[in-house]
Amino acid sequence: MTPPLSQRPRAGAAIGFALVGFFVAAALLGCFWTPHDPLKINILQRMKPPGTAFWLGTDEFGRDVLSRLIAGARNSLLIAVLTVAGAVAAGSLLGLVAGYARGWVDRLLMMLNDALLAFPGILLALGLLAVLGANKYGIVLALALAYLPSVARVVRGSVLSVRAREFVEASRILGNSEAYTAWRHVLPNCIAPLTVLATSMLGWVLLAEGALSFLGLGVPPPEATWGNMLSAARPFIGQAAWLAIFPGLCISLALLGVNLLGDALRDRLDPRMRA
Amino acid sequence: MLGFTLKRLLTALPTLLLVAVAVFALVRAVPGDPASLMLGDMATEASVADLRAQMGLDQPIVAQFARWLGRVLGGDLGQSIQYAVPVLPLLLERFMVTAAVVVAAVAIAALIAVPAGLLAAWRQGSAWDLGVVATATLLMSIPSFWMGLLLLLGLGLKLGWLPVVGYVSLSADLKAGLVYLVMPVLTLVLVESGVLIRMARAAALEVLRLDYVAHARAKGLPEPLVLARHVLPNAFAPTWTLIGLVLGNLLGGIAVVETVFTLPGLGRLLVGAIFARDYPVIQGCMLFITFVYVMVNLVVDLLYPLFDPRVVAE
Repeated sequence: MTPPLSQRPRAGAAIGFALVGFFVAAALLGCFWTPHDPLKINILQRMKPPGTAFWLGTDEFGRDVLSRLIAGARNSLLIAVLTVAGAVAAGSLLGLVAGYARGWVDRLLMMLNDALLAFPGILLALGLLAVLGANKYGIVLALALAYLPSVARVVRGSVLSVRAREFVEASRILGNSEAYTAWRHVLPNCIAPLTVLATSMLGWVLLAEGALSFLGLGVPPPEATWGNMLSAARPFIGQAAWLAIFPGLCISLALLGVNLLGDALRDRLDPRMRA
Repeated sequence: MLGFTLKRLLTALPTLLLVAVAVFALVRAVPGDPASLMLGDMATEASVADLRAQMGLDQPIVAQFARWLGRVLGGDLGQSIQYAVPVLPLLLERFMVTAAVVVAAVAIAALIAVPAGLLAAWRQGSAWDLGVVATATLLMSIPSFWMGLLLLLGLGLKLGWLPVVGYVSLSADLKAGLVYLVMPVLTLVLVESGVLIRMARAAALEVLRLDYVAHARAKGLPEPLVLARHVLPNAFAPTWTLIGLVLGNLLGGIAVVETVFTLPGLGRLLVGAIFARDYPVIQGCMLFITFVYVMVNLVVDLLYPLFDPRVVAE
């Protein structure tokens, strides 16, 4: 029958943890070893369905799909982690400065921030890519800039509520500098909402990177990402369905893992936002 | 109500102005001469010189911006390099396709998600609730471009129910046009209903705990009426706000679905323009999509009191 309510979040968290762990392990493995060379073209082995020689089949250039998925895990996860790290670092700094300084600094920074937030979805990233060019670093920079404003908003909000508390006042009375107080006492108290946001953001970035790669604006071929494998599969979908199925399955399972992990974290760290 | 509308319109203005600054700055951030950039590689020296004078490139940057903004407000978004036609009519033509797909998808998704979420919350912890939540979480994890490919594979190629690629304008042939829109709309309905179901369920859970629901039950109101009259309207309000955000996000991310189904919409126009370095179209698309997004959310806010009478429009 239905499991008791208290056990459900834990089951979700366990599945999420297992999925994320699986893909992180695959990505790490991909740094050292893949069953075949993910870039090696072999015209004689074109579009072989999944079998014993190539477990998940080969693509239109005879490259091994499994090897490319593992290499893609490395690329996609690396981009996601770098992007989120960049957005969190820069956004936190911005939010900390705005929330701590208040006054006109806060108003100016938040006005600029809100202008960036006004762009819907990945539109800002698309515009930035038009300037930066489509490559691994362009996509990290574009997505980090696109997601930075949400981090700045959350951190600023937390800072505004934390800085009114007694221990911040106490630190100041003890003679600590403003910067020291901000770093040592205010920032650590923003960690919980920031963790929840960073986890959801990991999912958004995975999805956005997949979409941009699918559009041909991500990591350029021949290097593999799940998104560009899917876009390459589009013309051959009639003859080689496996080309379209496995990369999408990877993106979806990775996203599912991140989403479940995010739900569990939110339940734990932010009881107000319980889903 | 009129005062509230005007006030909200006024608060949207600075945002739109800053968006215009950002879009203006974006093209100026590209290395090279802005005038030759706007005209493309094939431009003659005379036409570049003409545009340089028209853009006022010898003047201070603020004056250049004011000049550009003046033309944008007059509806002149420049000339597309790729298509050699004015940008604005091109945008409007493509927007019709995108809007038809997005609006239909979000409306259908909401019609499914709100009752599903409400009933899940009503029987919280039941097998039905568990199934709804699991389905919603699963749907949220499927990217639209993969969902689209799977539908192409299943409904298009394996079952042969729907055409795989192509597009027929609705005005040219309504029936054929609708057939081509079924799969794109279905894709978006599936991927967007996940987040809407979860939101509707969370909102309904909050409402079901409130005293007036207990009171309605205590006075003997039949359960369907309790749900329809007391829970649904109050649980719908937060979902309504989310619908605005979903609509906007779809406008920003629609390019992938249009690419899967080869629809001539706004998203594909933008991506094509990025590849072709068609900067007037890139600028125009970004301005136009953001403008529509801000306006959609404005309308959502203005209509909010209809669903939640506690919020008075002032």
